[in-house]
Amino acid sequence: MMAGVGTIADAVARTGRADPMIPRRFAITRVRQDTRDTFTLLLDPVDGGEEMTFRAGQFTMLHAFGVGEVPISIAGDPRHPAPLEHTIRNVGAVTRALVNAAPGTEIGVRGPFGTSWDAADARGHDVVFVTGGIGLAPLRPAILDVLAERDSYGKVLLLYGSRTPDDILYGAQMRRWADLDGVNVQMTVDNAPHGYKGRVGFVTELIGRAGFDPRRAFAFVCGPEGMMRAAASALVSRGVSPARVRLSMERSMKCGIGLCGHCQLRELFVCVDGPVLDYARLEPLMDVREL
Amino acid sequence: MDDIRLLPATGLEGLIAQLRSRGYRVMGPTLRDDAIVTGEIRSASDLPQGVGDEQDPARYRLRKRDDGAYFGFAAPAQSSKPVFFPAEEVIWRGRRDTAVTPDSAASASTPDNAGNPTTAPASSPHDPGFTVERDQLDAPPIALLGVRSCDLRAVQIHDKVLAGRTYIDAHYVTRREATFVVAVACSDPAATCFCASMGTGPRPAATDPATGEPSYDLLLTEIAPSDPDRHHFVLEIGTEAGRDVAHAIDTAPAEFDDQHEALAVTAHAASQQTRRITAATVRDDLRASAESSRWEDVASRCLSCTNCTLVCPTCFCTTVEDVSDLTGATAERHRVWDSCFSEDFTYIHGGPTRESVKARYRQWITHKLSSWEDQFGMLGCVGCGRCIAWCPAGIDITEEAAALGRMRAGGVLPTGDHVPTGDHVTVTS
Ligand code: SF4
Ligand code: SF4
Repeated sequence: MMAGVGTIADAVARTGRADPMIPRRFAITRVRQDTRDTFTLLLDPVDGGEEMTFRAGQFTMLHAFGVGEVPISIAGDPRHPAPLEHTIRNVGAVTRALVNAAPGTEIGVRGPFGTSWDAADARGHDVVFVTGGIGLAPLRPAILDVLAERDSYGKVLLLYGSRTPDDILYGAQMRRWADLDGVNVQMTVDNAPHGYKGRVGFVTELIGRAGFDPRRAFAFVCGPEGMMRAAASALVSRGVSPARVRLSMERSMKCGIGLCGHCQLRELFVCVDGPVLDYARLEPLMDVREL
Repeated sequence: MDDIRLLPATGLEGLIAQLRSRGYRVMGPTLRDDAIVTGEIRSASDLPQGVGDEQDPARYRLRKRDDGAYFGFAAPAQSSKPVFFPAEEVIWRGRRDTAVTPDSAASASTPDNAGNPTTAPASSPHDPGFTVERDQLDAPPIALLGVRSCDLRAVQIHDKVLAGRTYIDAHYVTRREATFVVAVACSDPAATCFCASMGTGPRPAATDPATGEPSYDLLLTEIAPSDPDRHHFVLEIGTEAGRDVAHAIDTAPAEFDDQHEALAVTAHAASQQTRRITAATVRDDLRASAESSRWEDVASRCLSCTNCTLVCPTCFCTTVEDVSDLTGATAERHRVWDSCFSEDFTYIHGGPTRESVKARYRQWITHKLSSWEDQFGMLGCVGCGRCIAWCPAGIDITEEAAALGRMRAGGVLPTGDHVPTGDHVTVTS
């Protein structure tokens, strides 16, 4: 009598491929409230194992026990991956459970998954970060990558938009980048209360006048899809090559590893082919509604 | 003729017994609720002998054949997809660790090496940790009996999708690992079949075109089912494991003519197929059709019921469900089939990215017949025709693909040239 099929682990091992569906346990060591609805979670593994190294732009699947799992970009510094840092907007059942968890609570983490901003490709060039709202969080590791070797890059610009002055994320950090790290930070808000002194308008409107050399610039764009399209097209009309404009796409993801099918954008599995993709590749796909 | 033997019709019993004695769970076509579905085969009497089928758009009927054919029907209502890739699967089970409260933490203080009491940090009450365990699959290996060419090709497609990329489906890989395949060459295609045009049947390819691995251990072609004196199978051997089984059962040597007779069965089956997809151009036709007016037309017929994706042997999309008990002490994570036709499928905060039915139908057919090729180097349709037969609206993938191809070619095509049910249009593009 032939034995039954072997254990799952043995069968997976024989393929020499990976099956990262089982989460690793991390404890929430700190929750920091950033804005009205946005929180940053700091996580450390409870298994005593290695820290989770990652590349800027990658994401994890965060699991609230018994509630569910969501894809969240890593917001920390790739050179200092511990504690693992995620900035999360409280918009659904899982994110609510995550941001309301008391310090010490354990959550499941799978990853890191997906492609990187690969900001180092922009060495020797001007760098333009264009983002809005919580879109700054997935870009932060790339900004830190650039600032870690600030001298290797030309001009570094951060064009940041937020809905209201109260929604500005990492405000103190942006001021430090401007004051100490030679970043040209330009901020704007969509709506401002009466008497607001800062700039009012959409972030994409900053692109036309920003001081960088389009022929030698790389741009990294993160935000709602409509904003990214407008920003990418403004960058390209200024002369930035579409291949040097990188966007981080957001799609429904249930597995993070190209199996569940939810994140497909024509031939792309956004979770493994992305989330960071260049505009040369994305433009024809973003041009079709509901693709 | 060492690789070809003759198996008498009565010899199926011995084949099944031989596979079972080797520890296989034999899965093949069985009758249930007026449909042929994949079930466990314990003896030849579990097979739908003497049963045929009629399939048309929005129509599936069984009929009584006037002969004793064991495999005289076309694509069963359900393919062998669920054998390796069930509709629901537990990915892992989790249990909360025993709750740690500040009180119990304090009372758990113990002296350290120097004799001083140590106390666990007096944390605020918080959720304790949890442990996660994977189910072990303690099932016998599977022998597929009577799997036909389209469905065997679909398994090979899943081998690529679920087991042949960087990340794999662990349960699929485990179930699939020790499979034994007894394929069957198709003799009686339905009106919905178009495997011949897809190059996926009716005769199974000897090897998986993607990997070069043998497609089957044994291949049966049923001969002369209407003549009880002659009724037998041509048995082709595909692997050493297949040879081993063939040697252990009662077979007779085959002649050159026997092989010819087997080939004639599938040649005739192919010639009977009236539907077709132009496999060589369909990828480009669909890629160029993203903005076609045809989508409005098909969306006006599609009910978004998800039937086509459930019966399709290659559809692999899934979602996850977290199931926890009332106390929250245990939780299970389930992987369940999902469908690109469901509105929730693309939901992110703010709404689904494919809200309209036309976008969802476009995604489904474009994935099957176009982007699948970009992703996996092969088309995602094997021509089994199930989506045609099981669509309550009678929407026909071959007709939609042909219409999109004609429109791309610039031909004037009034929308609404479809025939929702009943007789089909023979497309000869
Ligand atoms: S798309 Fe339709 S014909 Fe093609 S494999 Fe799927 S169910 Fe069969
Ligand atoms: S094409 Fe037919 S089977 Fe598929 S979702 Fe639409 S109505 Fe249902």
